[in-house]
Amino acid sequence: MDLLKLKISELQKNLVEKKLSSKELSEFYLKRIAEHNPKLNAVLVNNENLLQEAEASDRLRAEGKNLGALHGIPLGIKDMFCTKGLRTTAGSKILENFVAPYDATVIRNLKQAGGLVISKLNQDEFAMGSSNENSFFGAVKNPWNTEYVPGGSSGGSAAAVAAGFSTASLGTDTGGSIRQPASFCGVVGIKPTYGRISRYGIIAFASSLDQAGPITNYVEDAALMLEVMSGRDPHDATSSNLAVPTWSKNLSADMKGKRIGVLKEYMIDGMDADTSKTVQKALDALKKAGAEIVEVSVPLAPESIPVYYLIATSEASSNLARYDGVKYGYRAKFKNNTPANLDEFYSKTRGEGFGPEVKRRILIGTFCLSSGYYDAYYSKACQVRRLLTNQFTEAFKNCDAIVSANTATPAFKLGARVADPLAMYLNDILTVSTNLAGLPGMSVPFGMSGNGLPIGIQITGKHFDEQNILNVGLALENVSEVRGRRPL
Amino acid sequence: MEIEKLKALCHLARLETSDEELKNLSQQLGQILKYFDQLQKIPTDGVEPLVTPVQIEAIYRNDEVEVELDLADVMKNAPEKVGNLFKVPPVV
Repeated sequence: MDLLKLKISELQKNLVEKKLSSKELSEFYLKRIAEHNPKLNAVLVNNENLLQEAEASDRLRAEGKNLGALHGIPLGIKDMFCTKGLRTTAGSKILENFVAPYDATVIRNLKQAGGLVISKLNQDEFAMGSSNENSFFGAVKNPWNTEYVPGGSSGGSAAAVAAGFSTASLGTDTGGSIRQPASFCGVVGIKPTYGRISRYGIIAFASSLDQAGPITNYVEDAALMLEVMSGRDPHDATSSNLAVPTWSKNLSADMKGKRIGVLKEYMIDGMDADTSKTVQKALDALKKAGAEIVEVSVPLAPESIPVYYLIATSEASSNLARYDGVKYGYRAKFKNNTPANLDEFYSKTRGEGFGPEVKRRILIGTFCLSSGYYDAYYSKACQVRRLLTNQFTEAFKNCDAIVSANTATPAFKLGARVADPLAMYLNDILTVSTNLAGLPGMSVPFGMSGNGLPIGIQITGKHFDEQNILNVGLALENVSEVRGRRPL
Repeated sequence: MEIEKLKALCHLARLETSDEELKNLSQQLGQILKYFDQLQKIPTDGVEPLVTPVQIEAIYRNDEVEVELDLADVMKNAPEKVGNLFKVPPVV
């Protein structure tokens, strides 16, 4: 039995038929982590109680109890999610020793469906980054080639699934942080519609943009995970009370009657040749599966980077004000344990606790929200955000889903873009609009670059229409060049 | 961005920054904010700013006390404490 090739539903079948135990599955992943993590740095900490939890899960099963779709399945968790009793750092020194006193709602949902937490995963500090080089705990390496970045900010989550460290993992996506690393690491990643999944217990970066989502080997697994994770939560006022569909039961690769949009503005200059070819092949495959390809337009899409970075940094500067060294987290040391005043107490704590990219973004956000600049920057960005969202609504009148690249190039080399923050921000040109408009988006591995790196296809859908993008994802997965290939 | 302006911003954000950091930030923030200025050319008169991207219905619950966090677990994260109180150094 090749455990790395099985879908969650197939693992469940083997678990039910007693051909496999959850303990064996957990031991299998722990062994792989021990062997490969030292060169990848995807895992920050393992759950020391995993094997006991797996045994308890096996006992329940032996008694005829089945908790749900994830019963006995080990899952890796991005370190943005609070996990009760486990260190939760957000990749930051300021939370280096923080042990969450409660589970995020998503984690609770996964556990209620029988899921097990195997490990907490590395990420860019506070999810601010596109290469996973901004972690206080060191960069994550791409399992396909360790000279390359895994993408970010959920780089640890994407690398862990690609490396076979767990059946699936959780990520968060504020401007592409699930889709882009999924694309770079050759795995499936989905960011659902804003409001689908509760944000309670997820460390806040930019509250109007943040959404959690699964990273998996298969589209079917992503659909299944999403079903478990979604739903209204009284703890998050922005969580939607719409019913959660059984996406995994309604998957269909039949594209007859579907209109696939090609967004004119996403055909950007300087697109890498392998990436362009992969997008074209994906469109051809969907046409072959019965879809009609139509051109659509969102004229403001090229302006999405300034809108996004303005809003994201503004919200971050406010959200990160809570790290003050008083109740939890890092506190600076002072001579004779006596700071000169309260300002010094806060400033030194925050100055020493945050990394360079986080500081940069707090300052940009503070500027954009400051008196005299608020209207020209923050309000202006929110106005353009509405116009951009309206243009997407118009575009979706002519198509069921938009298909594009996630990024202009496949994974880039470690260190290649760290010196120029603005150039790093521009990486996100094809992914941030989805968050600004609150749309669901996913990445499905589809092509390979000349130098052996996977390339994902981005699929963007209408609000709360995850089914259509999952179906398009399945149609692509069925004929993907990456299918059956693994880096390790 | 001028260093003095940047220093005022660092104070607003309560962020201690070294001279070396200030030098880099001054150049980087200047470049990034200049890039943001491209938004000014987009006409937005009368457009209502969008803050939450999807329609939300208010969620109501009964106004009842629920004990959700274990106090001992919460206090474990305190940098310094006395019993169940957070301890801070004297600052006045």
